[in-house]
Amino acid sequence: MLAEGLVGVLTNPHQIIFVKATTMTAYIIRRLLIMPLILLGVTILIFSMLQVLGPIERSALYIRDIPKNPGALDAVIRRYGLDDPVHVQYWRWLVGRTDPETGKTVGGILRGDLGFSRTGREPVMDLLKRRLPATIELGLWSIVPVVGFGIWLGILSALHHNKPIDQFSRVLAILGWSFPTFVFGLLVLLIFYAKLDWFQPGRLSIQYSQVVKSPEFTQFTKMNTIDALLNFRFDIFLDALRHLIMPVFTLSVVISALLLKVTRSSMLEALRQDYVTTARAKGLREKVVINRHVRRNALIPVVTIAGTTIAGLMNGTIVVETIFNYPGIGSAAAAAALSLDVLTMLGYALFTAILFVVANLVVDIMYGFLDPRVRLQ
Amino acid sequence: MSISTEVTRKTGPVMLDQGLREQSRLEKLVGPEWHRLIRGVFTNPLSVIGLIIVLGFALTATFAPTLAPPINALWDTTLIPRDGFKAEPQPPGTLWVRDVPDTIPFWYTPITGHDEWVHLMGTTSGQYDIFYGLVWGSRTALLVGSLVVFTSAAIGILIGSIAGFYGGWIDEIMMRVVEIFIAFPFLVGALILSSILVPIFGRSIWPASIALIVFGWTRYARLLRGDILATKERDYVLAARASGAKDIHLILQHVLPNAIFPTLVNWSLDMGAIVLSFATLSFLGIGVQVGYADWGQVVSNAREWILALDVYWYIIVYPGVALLLYGLGWNLIGDALRDILDPKLRGQ
Repeated sequence: MLAEGLVGVLTNPHQIIFVKATTMTAYIIRRLLIMPLILLGVTILIFSMLQVLGPIERSALYIRDIPKNPGALDAVIRRYGLDDPVHVQYWRWLVGRTDPETGKTVGGILRGDLGFSRTGREPVMDLLKRRLPATIELGLWSIVPVVGFGIWLGILSALHHNKPIDQFSRVLAILGWSFPTFVFGLLVLLIFYAKLDWFQPGRLSIQYSQVVKSPEFTQFTKMNTIDALLNFRFDIFLDALRHLIMPVFTLSVVISALLLKVTRSSMLEALRQDYVTTARAKGLREKVVINRHVRRNALIPVVTIAGTTIAGLMNGTIVVETIFNYPGIGSAAAAAALSLDVLTMLGYALFTAILFVVANLVVDIMYGFLDPRVRLQ
Repeated sequence: MSISTEVTRKTGPVMLDQGLREQSRLEKLVGPEWHRLIRGVFTNPLSVIGLIIVLGFALTATFAPTLAPPINALWDTTLIPRDGFKAEPQPPGTLWVRDVPDTIPFWYTPITGHDEWVHLMGTTSGQYDIFYGLVWGSRTALLVGSLVVFTSAAIGILIGSIAGFYGGWIDEIMMRVVEIFIAFPFLVGALILSSILVPIFGRSIWPASIALIVFGWTRYARLLRGDILATKERDYVLAARASGAKDIHLILQHVLPNAIFPTLVNWSLDMGAIVLSFATLSFLGIGVQVGYADWGQVVSNAREWILALDVYWYIIVYPGVALLLYGLGWNLIGDALRDILDPKLRGQ
């Protein structure tokens, strides 16, 4: 089935429509074939951004201290070949280069070497890997309220069209949509930390962060809430949760607004369909009509904005992690951007782009399974 | 005088060539589609609120020299005047001591009750006057918003219409390029590119604006391409093509005017969203220099005082309200436009 699909794609992409049995497979394969092309394009785009800087500025990325003699920079440029033709440099950046002194291959993003982070004082790859679990933890905790709140209120709002609850959620959606994340986050800090002192910024209280680093605490996933549960340390779990509440709340309010809007309008549209009238006419109870006929169809378009929601989370983590002093990759990127730590930024860009492309692929495939119209196009 | 008006005069209110409905003067001038749009925006209460808010910002920007006069005639108005260098923010109502503006506008004493300049909204750390930052910040917002939105819309419309109209391999290549740009979440791309552009353009509005354009045009291209794909098969386009119209004429006269409406919604929403993104970059410390009259820049001063925000609330609340209102105004207009243009909601 897989091979048939592949043949279908390779001979003529428009022909897939007629290969009925394998359409879904072909769709997935087509998407999978395009993905490496996109990722290649992503590396070219990132490399072009690096090329915006001249050879002298780029040579500064390879040295730790300001050189004492004026010829030193030229030596660096020659040694790393920073004024070679662009395609040569690109290839070297991709696969690494052979160091003339030691004879070893160094660098090369395909080898996982993203360079040295000035702000993090460690290789970029290590920095990103070390900080990634915190960001994923934040994202995972945020998805629950974002999806739950956005979809729940969207459905409620459509079912009570033009009633107070609908007006309320419309105002909420437009406010959440218009609020810049950093202003909202700072207001949350003002109220819940400076005024009420209920929650603190950071990731863990000092006494617990010592425990987490100690040998008797096993770090399975490096996500504090999950690790704490696996270690049966409920006090640490609660402490980690207390630190997560403010950033998660900020992200959820700002991001769920879009989901609320889309769910509401999609529900309203589904409610007007003929099959709903038919279902009501044949005497089905309203609850059954809503659950089986309206909601199921209304939620399909909601999947399309899953990609936008993921992007919103990624954009949001940069700001939220910075404001709440939360040590994830977003705050690392913001710190790097502030002090022009180009290698860390580009590493972060590559990281997020790959993450985002893969996430979008998963969303598209899911959508294909849910909505037959897509895979038959 | 055209024939149709002659007929109207003779036969009364019924216009023979337009069916039974009489057209208003505005509708005759701009055409039925634009007429519906304009009437819709001015009759929907939410979008009227949005229009008032946006108009308010436009007036503030226009009369900025009277509302918050610079300290003297030679002052670079994009820089917020500072009253000394003390780190601790001063509350609203504090007397302005150093570098006081040399004029007091006519409205000042009657409204505030002071004979001398005070910091109406307080100062941030470094003694930058918040009121000045907000008033002149509305100029920055409108300028950056229009610059970025118009440029990215122009690029997006050009690329989107070429891709959609010609199709085939041109479309394929252009859309793959768009996908590469879309692989970066918007703020991630803009953050990285703008910080790389800082050493080249210096600290000004340019690095962030260019970065927002580079990662912002793709949405317009995608939107317009989709609409053009739908429009170009319509009968009137086929008829024009059959009568021998050139491609450029077809695109400009028949396809684009009918496919442009969804882009308008995006344009309006973007006028708000882009400024919020610009302020976010500025808040993170990338782009404009410290003390530039920009809302995000004013809020960024709050980062050093996170522990005592309950005391120094005015650093974030005033600029926060400005940003929220600005975003809200454009979103209300954009939402109304979307409802008017959505064919599914038409006739409700």
